[in-house]
Amino acid sequence: MFFGVSCFIFMDITTAVEFRNFTFQYRAQSAPTLYDINLTINKGEKVMIAGPSGSGKSTIGHCINGLIPHYYKGAITGKLLVDGQDTAEMDIFSLSRHVGTVLQDSDGQFVGLTVGEDVAFALENDMIALPEMKQKVLKTTQTVAMDPFLKSHPQELSGGQKQRVALAGVMVDDVDILLFDEPLANLDPATGKSAIELIDETRKQSGATIIVIEHRLEDVLWRKMDRIILMDEGRIICDNTPDEILSSGILRRYGIREPLYVTALSYAGVKITPEMHPESLNSMEVSDYRDVLMNREKQITPVSQPSPGSEILSFRNVSFSYDEGGRKILDNISFSIRRGEMSAIAGKNGAGKSTLCKLICGFIQPSAGQIMLNGADASGQSIYERAQTVGYVMQNPNQMICKAMIREEVGYGLYLRGVQQDEIDKRVDAALKTCGLYPFRNWPVSALSYGQKKRVTIASILVMEPDLLLLDEPTAGQDFRHYTEIMTFLQELQSQGITILMVTHDMHLMLEYARRSIVLADGKLICDDSAARVLSDPDVIERANLKETSLFTLAQKAGLDDPLNFIENFISHEKELRS
Amino acid sequence: MATSTKILSYIPRETPVHRLCGATKLIVFLVWTIVCMLSYNTFVLLGALVFGIIVFRLAKIKVSEVRFVLITILVFLTLNTIAIYIFSPEEGVKIYGTRHELFRFSSRYTVTQEQLFYLFNVMLKYFTVVPIALLFIVTTDPSEFASSLNRIGVPYKISYAVAITLRYLADVQSDYVEISQAQQARGVDLSRKAPLKKRISGLIGIAVPLIFSSLDHIDLVSNAMDLRGFGKNNKRTWYSERPFSRADYIVIAVTIIAGAMALYVTFRNGSRFYNPFLPK
Amino acid sequence: MKINTRTIVAIGIGSAVFYVLNRFVSIPSGIPNTSINTAYAFLAFMSTVFGPLAGALIGFIGHTLTDATMYGSVWWSWVVVSAFVGCAVGLCQNKVNVEDGDFNSKDLLFFNLYQIAANIIGWGVLAPVLDILIYKEPADKVFLQGLTAGAANLITVAILGSVFLTLYAKTRTSAGSLSKE
Ligand SMILES: Nc1ncnc2c1ncn2[C@@H]1O[C@H](COP(=O)(O)OP(=O)(O)OP(=O)(O)O)[C@@H](O)[C@H]1O
Ligand SMILES: Nc1ncnc2c1ncn2[C@@H]1O[C@H](COP(=O)(O)OP(=O)(O)OP(=O)(O)O)[C@@H](O)[C@H]1O
Ligand SMILES: [Mg+2]
Ligand SMILES: [Mg+2]
Repeated sequence: MFFGVSCFIFMDITTAVEFRNFTFQYRAQSAPTLYDINLTINKGEKVMIAGPSGSGKSTIGHCINGLIPHYYKGAITGKLLVDGQDTAEMDIFSLSRHVGTVLQDSDGQFVGLTVGEDVAFALENDMIALPEMKQKVLKTTQTVAMDPFLKSHPQELSGGQKQRVALAGVMVDDVDILLFDEPLANLDPATGKSAIELIDETRKQSGATIIVIEHRLEDVLWRKMDRIILMDEGRIICDNTPDEILSSGILRRYGIREPLYVTALSYAGVKITPEMHPESLNSMEVSDYRDVLMNREKQITPVSQPSPGSEILSFRNVSFSYDEGGRKILDNISFSIRRGEMSAIAGKNGAGKSTLCKLICGFIQPSAGQIMLNGADASGQSIYERAQTVGYVMQNPNQMICKAMIREEVGYGLYLRGVQQDEIDKRVDAALKTCGLYPFRNWPVSALSYGQKKRVTIASILVMEPDLLLLDEPTAGQDFRHYTEIMTFLQELQSQGITILMVTHDMHLMLEYARRSIVLADGKLICDDSAARVLSDPDVIERANLKETSLFTLAQKAGLDDPLNFIENFISHEKELRS
Repeated sequence: MATSTKILSYIPRETPVHRLCGATKLIVFLVWTIVCMLSYNTFVLLGALVFGIIVFRLAKIKVSEVRFVLITILVFLTLNTIAIYIFSPEEGVKIYGTRHELFRFSSRYTVTQEQLFYLFNVMLKYFTVVPIALLFIVTTDPSEFASSLNRIGVPYKISYAVAITLRYLADVQSDYVEISQAQQARGVDLSRKAPLKKRISGLIGIAVPLIFSSLDHIDLVSNAMDLRGFGKNNKRTWYSERPFSRADYIVIAVTIIAGAMALYVTFRNGSRFYNPFLPK
Repeated sequence: MKINTRTIVAIGIGSAVFYVLNRFVSIPSGIPNTSINTAYAFLAFMSTVFGPLAGALIGFIGHTLTDATMYGSVWWSWVVVSAFVGCAVGLCQNKVNVEDGDFNSKDLLFFNLYQIAANIIGWGVLAPVLDILIYKEPADKVFLQGLTAGAANLITVAILGSVFLTLYAKTRTSAGSLSKE
């Protein structure tokens, strides 16, 4: 009888996650990171958590999967129920039966030596017998289309494939809540799109509750979301359907990028209402706005770049492979960059963009061809000599950080060059302010979020004042406010004559800031042209896993004659708003 | 500072040696090294060496594939042998109890038959484990290694620690390469030209980011493992474990018998040494 | 056995780092055949942070891996010494407080007392004795070898190990200490 009752109660539960007056303060912090959270997520719902960097999104995630308080210590008040059970009475193992987490860093999450082992990891821990385990692993990898790779090692997989493995690794356990923390951060546009499709299909098949934490709102909305939860400074600001939230314009107020088409329409004076279904451009009826959009359009000639200076960098038929006679990562690449230019390098995951940067810095040597720096052959120059001209911000911030404290880290390069201490202090302060890190200047680097660490490494290169600044995905994991701050500052540097070359997966960033883009695919340079023209060439888009921006789609849908000019208008309008 | 990151590792092939279970090979390897460690009997060592070379051929491993390791060890052994001679030219005489002098460099440095035989045995002893250790490394699939340890009685958590080492070795290595390059770009000087103090601070400049990023990695990986239920039970199963075949049982039995015999031969007459100088 | 996952992962990744440091991050000290080897400083550091079991296993696995992949052979006598040193230094874990942000010279002193004792016993006594027992090498040779290795490691750990610990302790924050300025 008793069993029957409790069983009944269990069946009746419709909420997957419920926060009641929940407050959390990290042990090291002097103020709570989450304040008085009240939030209910129902079973089978698909919600997104958005908010500026450092607003507590990952912290909420850690509470749900049990890393708080299992690993991160701190003070909790209030209640958190997962599947109707009080988490205060559950350990991380019993929570892991309910919640599957896909961490941002899919490389770190890949604990097995091969795909098969990694997917089987949870089953091994559950002591599932071998035949059953093999069968389950096979079935799950099939759903994410990774079954041909069961024996592959992580080094042999692309970023998107690793993400699929991570997903399979949590799905194999039949959990009913799936939590994703920034699943898109390092994926190229096309792979990001298919990751979102995969998440959506997973939900359809398994009926699981889906929680996605992301900065790239527009990309997440590629498939329908039930709700968006907006956070700021540890509080929930807003919790509503995407249509309502996008209509309210609240996202912009909190420094979050709304979908570009929404912004473009409201710039044109269109009042966005929930009835228009702004959550997806596909479902919106935009042909009515053709005239409004047309009216606003001025014929804009792209802002002329500062007159191109002398050649600072050029590649002449450069090829490279990591092992002699092995696969050519880069094949016969030629291009040249002039002083004062700002250009972008784009291309799919694993196309060789980071490899190209390392060639420029002399970390690796071309197996054929020539690299010229400042008009001279660079092959004889050491890494340090090249560093006098080239400043390189690496993709992974952890590989650059060697000091415990933020200030020391940023000033270290100057110290090594023997610069006076007061001069160091001055330049470090300036760089910290630019990168929005001044309030944290006396913190240890380890207390920062990923996005904040990335900014530390940008600051540590900025203080060196190089002629050519090379940035590998400078805006990955950044929120819109910091993104804009960093990019505005880079533009300022450019206007002072510094050359900027950046690797990016963000198509709008490329359009907005880099007037020229170099596109790599399968080791070849397939296009070197203005960003706008690159993104209007379907063939290049397809081959390099790029994506046209939704502004382009909007212009086409609305029947505008010159989508490129429309985009130019949008960009110059934003620039005016900012200044 | 070396930059080559070449490393001896698994070479997949279809041979009877490869087909044996990891646990079997581990047992053979352990018995082998223990016997070679305890024994100084020339016949036992020679026998082990010859047998090792035969198995080596069976596994179809080419000498060229392990050449760099062979060269390193030969250099090491030569240096070590010279060092022994310099420190103790009469060690052989002490051990075998007789003295057959051949010639002398000086009054201290004489060359005796006993010393030559002793040095030959030292080299042999060090070298005998080489074929089997190499074999073990290049024919054992790393995926199988942890489950093998667990099978021979190592607690599964510790076995898994070894699996993690094998998984992240390549990552840590490429981390190291990238870190050292990034630090050189910032002005850390590692060349031989730099004074010692500067080079030490250069070492710190590379070791510290490597350590810190590894600590980050430790947190990340242990969180990922906790979230997927690692350690919730007293046992765990292994995806890449293979069942023992008949060949495995036979090899294990033969190894243990041969090992026991080798030890019997070694200790039969109370000394670990085979003494050819003993008056009959 | 109740070992937490973090310790297991620390053993696993720590061994990989030990290997990489051992192979690549060392410089000749000027004295022949001895080098300033960051690997042992790292071992002492990890032992202090993660305890004797982690220290022993990082020394054991890391050293075995280095021997096996570089020489194609394993010298168990020295492997055992690495494990011993890792374990012995790890015994200072409870005396040396690196986690809570109040690391001071007293902690540093304890760390060094333990590591000095561990290196002297490990390299100066255990290594040569094992070499004599197993390989029957001449006593003078192995004692001199052990003592030079021990001295080099002792000094390296005293300098680099202390630096690592101090830097690490700086990244640890005491409760309630972080606020934006
Ligand atoms: N382990 C920790 N100890 C102390 N403070 C922390 C810790 N982790 C995060 N914080 C602080 O908590 C705040 C929220 O961090 P959180 O990682 O939840 O942000 P987020 O919204 O996920 O940011 P991002 O978008 O950059 O990932 C930050 O100000 C951060 O400094
Ligand atoms: N150290 C290395 N040794 C061998 N192969 C490598 C190494 N580093 C990268 N590769 C391979 O080279 C290719 C290009 O890698 P690279 O990091 O340059 O790609 P990317 O364009 O920067 O990708 P992403 O967008 O994911 O950052 C990949 O297939 C990768 O597997
Ligand atoms: Mg986060
Ligand atoms: Mg890259």
